[in-house]
Amino acid sequence: MTRPKPEPVQVIKQRRDAALHALVNGVPYIQFLGVEFDRRGDELTAILPYADKLIGNPILPALHGGGTAAFLEITAIIELAWAALWEDMEAGRLDPATLHPSHLPRLPKTIDFTVDYLRSGLPRDAYARARINRSGRRYASVHVEAWQDNRSRLFAQATGHFLMPERGA
Amino acid sequence: MTEQRTRIARQFIEAIPHARALGMQLDAVGDGVAELSMAYDERFIGDPSTGVIHGGAVFALMDTCCGAAVMNHATGAAGTATLDLRIDYMRPATPGQRIRTRAECYHVTRTVAFVRATATDDDDARPVATASAAFTVERAT
Repeated sequence: MTRPKPEPVQVIKQRRDAALHALVNGVPYIQFLGVEFDRRGDELTAILPYADKLIGNPILPALHGGGTAAFLEITAIIELAWAALWEDMEAGRLDPATLHPSHLPRLPKTIDFTVDYLRSGLPRDAYARARINRSGRRYASVHVEAWQDNRSRLFAQATGHFLMPERGA
Repeated sequence: MTEQRTRIARQFIEAIPHARALGMQLDAVGDGVAELSMAYDERFIGDPSTGVIHGGAVFALMDTCCGAAVMNHATGAAGTATLDLRIDYMRPATPGQRIRTRAECYHVTRTVAFVRATATDDDDARPVATASAAFTVERAT
């Protein structure tokens, strides 16, 4: 019994990063808000670097609730698309070189999204992670948490339902 | 009176950097009611395969519209912030069309405003999205 030799770590990292990059860079609104993703294995952390255009209350000042909501929704959608992609990518069935923005895998569609604002968003970077609580063939339920300076002090959280794209479409 | 109120509300919206970045426009205000709209912009696309605007941009428009409705309620809020907002996406907004929203406070207490909003594109018989939200009501002390 011989196991196939594992691929070199750089090959694996390069493939995963290329797939994530293609997914994120293909969506104009993600670019408009400046949202970035940090990857550790399959775990994603979304980052919203501070920008003046994200302000909703110039007097406090505080981040706009709409910008925060969009950040959380982007985090949920990318997490779902990433999870759907993962298996094919790891099995080598998906070549990131073909993942051009013009023919990305279809993205999940938001059915509904509820955002809880726990404290006002400070004028600095924000972070978010999504957890897929249920993922069926057609529907998925995702919870997202967002924080700024302290991981345990959330400034917003959200739950959303999503319609998954047809497999192979 | 109505003109002055609309002018003040418009200045208020225009002073919000995020509203300006998304090109939001205040179209009308009344007692506890506001109407805002946003032009189609390719930078706001959420699904590159269809050209449909990202849900997050629609969310931002509806959130701002709800906030404007709270600020224009007769009980006179000195400030407001979103406690929670739920949005239901009924159908994709048609690419190229302006998105219009109307928000209405349906109940306001001393401390909380309950708001509902609807968004449409050129086909206003079929909503693109609806939202229901709770906002804080800050009183001048």
